[in-house]
Amino acid sequence: MQFGIFTVGDVTTDPTTGRTPPEHERIKAMVAMARKAEEVGLDVFATGEHHNPPFVPSSPTTMLGYIAAQTRDLILSTATTLITTNDPVKIAEDFAMLQHLADGRVDLMLGRGNTGPVYPWFGQDIRKGIELAIENYHLLHRLWREDVVDWEGEFRTPLQGFTSVPRPLDGVAPFVWHGSIRSPEIAEQAAFYGDGFFANHIFWPTEHFVRLVGYYRQRFAHYGHGTPEQAIVGLGGQVFMRKNSQDAVREFRPYFDHAPVYGHGPSLEDFTGQTPLTVGSPQAVIDKTLTFRDHFGDYQRQLFLMDHAGLPLKTVLEQLDLLGEVVPVLRRELDALRPPGVPDGPTHEARVAASLADADTDLETSSR
Amino acid sequence: MTTHTIVVVSAGLGQPSSTRLLADRLAAATAEDLPAGTRIITIELRELAHDIVDNLLTGFPSPALNEVIGQVARADGLIAVTPLYNGSYNGLFKSFFDVIDPETLAGKPMLIAATGGTARHSLALEHAIRPLFSYLRAVTAPTAVFAATEDWGSASSSGGELTARIERAGSELAALIDRSQPAAPADPYASVPSFGQLLRSR
Repeated sequence: MQFGIFTVGDVTTDPTTGRTPPEHERIKAMVAMARKAEEVGLDVFATGEHHNPPFVPSSPTTMLGYIAAQTRDLILSTATTLITTNDPVKIAEDFAMLQHLADGRVDLMLGRGNTGPVYPWFGQDIRKGIELAIENYHLLHRLWREDVVDWEGEFRTPLQGFTSVPRPLDGVAPFVWHGSIRSPEIAEQAAFYGDGFFANHIFWPTEHFVRLVGYYRQRFAHYGHGTPEQAIVGLGGQVFMRKNSQDAVREFRPYFDHAPVYGHGPSLEDFTGQTPLTVGSPQAVIDKTLTFRDHFGDYQRQLFLMDHAGLPLKTVLEQLDLLGEVVPVLRRELDALRPPGVPDGPTHEARVAASLADADTDLETSSR
Repeated sequence: MTTHTIVVVSAGLGQPSSTRLLADRLAAATAEDLPAGTRIITIELRELAHDIVDNLLTGFPSPALNEVIGQVARADGLIAVTPLYNGSYNGLFKSFFDVIDPETLAGKPMLIAATGGTARHSLALEHAIRPLFSYLRAVTAPTAVFAATEDWGSASSSGGELTARIERAGSELAALIDRSQPAAPADPYASVPSFGQLLRSR
């Protein structure tokens, strides 16, 4: 089981002070969070990709490459990489390069993006969102697995005898998660390839996502990648902790009340009752997070959103210290509950080992 | 014999509300023309006002609102009544139908009705409210019912006309319900294309 954090990279005014961090400060804060994540024993840091204010992370592999140089064990990922508006050729190259520089500590989460105006900036059309996600990934998948690719599709210029460089480290492509909050088509896509499915359920009620994840698991089995229980599932989460629950609620409420996405809407109490958001003591976070398994089954990756709504870096780093105390408990509990046969979170080493084992099996089969 | 369920949505804000009064009379008139045992569920949007705004902001309904949306989706017939504000439905009425999935009302038999100060506003039903439900592909009964303040007067004056109109509208909705297939809310997972279809449909 892997635990980590993901950041959207929003520049948001701190509602308690009225201060808005400059872009430079926010970018450096994201790096500081990643380093802290490694320091407190988390497994994953994932950054969003955005191309419009108030967000800063337009160039995830640049940021992740910089973080790779300052960390040793942390898996570097995205949440999400836009499979619709990025050229799949450039994704193949950028992430293969990052994979080499980080010695394999790289995976990525693909998403469609939901902001209509962004699409035409990159020559695309949001009305073709699903089709772009399907075709672009189909090409990306081939570019990492075939040394020479001939390609013709609807959305980019054809390729003839094209080799994406560098080739993936150890001949094993970065692991891919497909992120979605509402589209069963994306669950179907993840299932078809046997890739991971990440349900970022932080803003919506659990019931909706139980259906979506259940569909992915069922289709994963349908396509012959294993049992439904063996499908690779990731979940979002959102927490704010202090030693005493009352202190957490008191401190977080102004941020909640003014937060992008849900601010000025439901009360903190209603929202925590209806979504995965937990505001309380570390024990409250442990208790709530353990319920995710009851809803979604054994899963492989838990990412928390820790740095939104204008929380200052100092507070976020304190939150990460607390998360560092919570995660070992969650890890122990969830690992103990996981039945044999349900895979662990994907790592480069495990995937290289699996691909070598597959190659051996193939050799044995062909020599018989 | 099939038992029908009629859901009545009232966007009246006053208490007591003449909009609710009109809604109740329309429901009774419809039930009268349907087999005995017809179930009537009445929804006062006022009680869900905060939930509706929260849904607009967060993108998902509260448990209470979700329950009501489910009732609308499963209804055999819908009666929607709003007070007229500035020549159209009030904001609460529109917001409620804005947070419901647009497919929910497709093919649904329904009655539209409104209340207002004077009869000068009555055609708002035709130029504002019926187009909303046409857009949502609901099947609205031909008679839309408008009640002005003076219509609540004695039965001998214009009140008699209101009663006649309510009865005609109720009969029309009952006939539409009688002819329509039982409502089955759409299941988004029932028609997900396979990956092969997704790949080919580009």
